[in-house]
Amino acid sequence: MAAPDAPAAAKPRPAAPRGRPRRSGTSAAMLLIAPSIIFMTLLFGWPMVSGILQAFGGPEGLTTANFSRMAQDPYFWSSVGNTLLLIVVMIPIQFVLALSMALLIRANPRGSSVYFYIWAIPLAVSDLAAGLVWLTVFTDRGYLNSVLASVGLEPVSWLAYDNYASMFMAVLIAEVWRATSLVFVIVVAGLQSIPKDYEEAAGVFGAGFWDRLWHVTLPLLRPSLQTALILRTILAFQTFAVALALTGQNFPLVVGETYRWYTGLQDANVASALALVVMAVSMVTAVGYLKLLRDQSEAAR
Amino acid sequence: MSHATTNKTTAPGSRPQPEVDRRPLARRRRNRVLLQVGCIVITLFMALPIYLIALSATSSRAALQTFPLSFIPNNFSLETMQTFLQSTGILPGLINSVQVGIFTLLLSLIIGVPAGYAVARFAFPGRDPYQLFLLFTRALPIVVLSVPLAQLFLQTGLYDSALAVVLLHTALALPTTILITSSVFLGVPRDVEEAARIFGCSPVQAFLKVVMPMAIPGIAAASIFTFVMSWNEVLGASILTLNQRTLPAQVLSSLAESPLAYRFAGGFLLVIPALIFIFFMRRYLTNMWGSTIR
Repeated sequence: MAAPDAPAAAKPRPAAPRGRPRRSGTSAAMLLIAPSIIFMTLLFGWPMVSGILQAFGGPEGLTTANFSRMAQDPYFWSSVGNTLLLIVVMIPIQFVLALSMALLIRANPRGSSVYFYIWAIPLAVSDLAAGLVWLTVFTDRGYLNSVLASVGLEPVSWLAYDNYASMFMAVLIAEVWRATSLVFVIVVAGLQSIPKDYEEAAGVFGAGFWDRLWHVTLPLLRPSLQTALILRTILAFQTFAVALALTGQNFPLVVGETYRWYTGLQDANVASALALVVMAVSMVTAVGYLKLLRDQSEAAR
Repeated sequence: MSHATTNKTTAPGSRPQPEVDRRPLARRRRNRVLLQVGCIVITLFMALPIYLIALSATSSRAALQTFPLSFIPNNFSLETMQTFLQSTGILPGLINSVQVGIFTLLLSLIIGVPAGYAVARFAFPGRDPYQLFLLFTRALPIVVLSVPLAQLFLQTGLYDSALAVVLLHTALALPTTILITSSVFLGVPRDVEEAARIFGCSPVQAFLKVVMPMAIPGIAAASIFTFVMSWNEVLGASILTLNQRTLPAQVLSSLAESPLAYRFAGGFLLVIPALIFIFFMRRYLTNMWGSTIR
């Protein structure tokens, strides 16, 4: 980590308030950020190094045995598949939904502050809680089956292990419900920074709703959308408690597997190997997005 | 919702009133109605699940056993919540969660506010790498930290203590705290601070007497956010503790063998802070996220 040196040699601040305040602040700034750097290095740097060592550690020196144990576990590949499928299906839905919600709010309907409050609530709901919330709906004798029964249909075991499609749907809906609010709030913030004049001008020149959305609003919204995309993708890799609360072990996700290896199977080495996989994928995604972002912003200049 | 009666004005009036084109008006009314319909549909999607878990958690055990379930609260009972709160580990877990949240909040403020101030006010060398470092750590999954930290804490004797969870949560919350507070400080005009200096305040006095009061609301928002993050975090807390679990960790670890009523009550208890948090923060939310994301 390229942490600047701790300000052991912090010079006494030049006591000239008339001088350029920015330059005189360097040592003060170092003093102010030093605690955070020390703290973060201890709690991020150290665990990262020891985590890598642990993932490759075995009874006799370095080994890749943990990784092969991880890959041979029957749950591993299905957890990878489930995680990827969930992300690929969920993120487009979330963005369309969040964008629609933000546009609805911006149209300023009657009661919009109540709507905003309710739509933002899931922002502060954890994925464990979201899973439990939707369990009331999807469990065998839950509310969804109650509705079905009252209109005379057969109840369905939505969360049964042999009902993959409906299990996936349940996890998907719960995650969309929980995590769309984050995108929604980011998009609303982005919309607020776009002057309404642009759209109105386009409207005066005869652009319809979709034209305005596609050619005016969305391009201006791109920075917000990109940030939301990075944030959501990385966070989506960390999802696990939704599935655990809804389906138990029937719908494994990668981070849930880490949890299982650590607490259930008591194998910290394999758990570390899994954690490394999650980290590698997250980092690659983040760097990829950032590169994409930078290329585009440079091309735009 | 009262303007639902006006859908038929599209037909041009047969009476001789040729000048008035009613179609734009009708279109506008129709759009208002569609707007409300869209809002109500989404509100149902967002609110109904919360209503249902509240209903489940406040129904008696017998009412939860019936099928089909009633959608109307006619079986109000605190039995389910009481049973849940009396189960092993729940009350201590609740206390732990609150404790961990408060200490996480304090620690990340103590470390984060000065750093946020430095980022907002000084153009020091290494500021960009520092900010990049913060963004980088935000992208690190919790699980990557918690497994090695558990080993580390086992060796140092911190394992299975509230402090262990506090340290992890602070590490996770700190980047956000710094970024939010720095944007809050950016919102406080530099002139005000310089004016205070000219009138004889020391830098520290200027900060405490002039900048801080203006920054307090934003910082409060950031710290409540930290609390909620800590309240919601489950994976790290479950890995770092065994007996001193936080509430979510306790619920997660007993998930497999617990009855449905227990899970519903737990879910509801976990959701309550979200309702309160968003209620108080709703005005700050967009600012908070809008300025953090840059």
